[in-house]
Amino acid sequence: MASLKDLKNRISSVKSTQKITKAMQMVAAAKLRRAQDSAEAARPYAQKMAQVMANLANGVVAGPETPKLLTGTGQSDTVLLLVLSADRGLCGGFNGNIARLARERVAALVSDGKDVKIITVGKKGYDALKRLHRDRIVSALELKEAASPAALAAHVGDIVRKLFDEGGFDVCELVSSEFVSVISQKPKARTLIPASEAIDPDAPAPDLGGAIYEYEPDEDAILAALLPRYVDTVILSALLENAAGEMGARMAAMDSATRNAGDLIDKLNLQYNRTRQAKITTELTEIISGAEAV
Amino acid sequence: MADKLQFDLVSPEARVFSGTVDMVVVPGTEGDFGVLPGHAPFMATIRTGAIEVHADGTVTRTFIDGGFAEVTPAGLTILAEHTADIAKLDAADIRAKLEDARLRAKDASGDDAREAAEAEIARLEAMQAAMAIAH
Repeated sequence: MASLKDLKNRISSVKSTQKITKAMQMVAAAKLRRAQDSAEAARPYAQKMAQVMANLANGVVAGPETPKLLTGTGQSDTVLLLVLSADRGLCGGFNGNIARLARERVAALVSDGKDVKIITVGKKGYDALKRLHRDRIVSALELKEAASPAALAAHVGDIVRKLFDEGGFDVCELVSSEFVSVISQKPKARTLIPASEAIDPDAPAPDLGGAIYEYEPDEDAILAALLPRYVDTVILSALLENAAGEMGARMAAMDSATRNAGDLIDKLNLQYNRTRQAKITTELTEIISGAEAV
Repeated sequence: MADKLQFDLVSPEARVFSGTVDMVVVPGTEGDFGVLPGHAPFMATIRTGAIEVHADGTVTRTFIDGGFAEVTPAGLTILAEHTADIAKLDAADIRAKLEDARLRAKDASGDDAREAAEAEIARLEAMQAAMAIAH
């Protein structure tokens, strides 16, 4: 049986842990609000961009001049997985779920006979994948390296496009977390390149009243300028959504940790009081029996 | 003309402007163009410069750094990389940055670094030009 001193130490240690988890929960709640705001602010741009891309892609007849980013290389032998995760842990199953989906995708693609390359963004994703797939990881980035999510998205976009231009892969899939609600994040894989597969085919085309688009400069030049930005934009919105999801997951995890610590403290307190009472009773009995003996 | 043009200016950070205006003058890569209500469907890339928004007799100028303009019967949408309110730009600050960028362009060791510095110079010079018109 644990001594009173041990119990007291245990209680105070759980109490300080609870203080930490509570503080982390509150920090995550504040950051969540900010992350949600910036994800919200970026949404109109991403939506308009998707709309413009859809309009443009629908009007383009694929030819040899059409940028490869849109139409793809015509093959799907090498697949690049772009895995977005968080830099830090202590956020429940957030990183684990993303890594699991990434591993499942790798296994599925490999069994289809495809060559798989991986770029990880976020330290935890790299940590989770390096054990099994170290030789597939071509590049590992951390979120904190960049000054802002926009800079990071541009940087990641550059790396991806450079690799694509060198013929490093045919198809790029983005694995990240979908922000369903504050307490629910779902890992999701979607195609990023070729862009023609990423564009929602059901996106409503604007009613042009029978007129056709005019382009200045020509279509291909616009596409060539627009596509890289489209890729950046998709990466950016995934990053922002991930950031919000990470904070939401951390908040939920820390909330349950705080509650757990509370339960544990109650239990330990009860045990402490019982032990103390038992000790007093024993002492009393000893004194009384001693007095009777005299 | 009674008609108004629906105009949306969005950047990755935020929806900068959304509303109805009379006319917008956009610096296209191949020359400035004005968009009035009922413009034909049109898509263009934008060079770094200032857009002019004409609404109710007043002209508002906003600095934008590259992007795209799309005109549909529904209105004009500009997707800008960065936007800045010209009235809030600081001339001295820009001059200092410009000097710094010129130095970097001269001392740049690699092609990448020089290109980055030159792009910065072009951006800042366009900013200065936009401000010169405003004053």
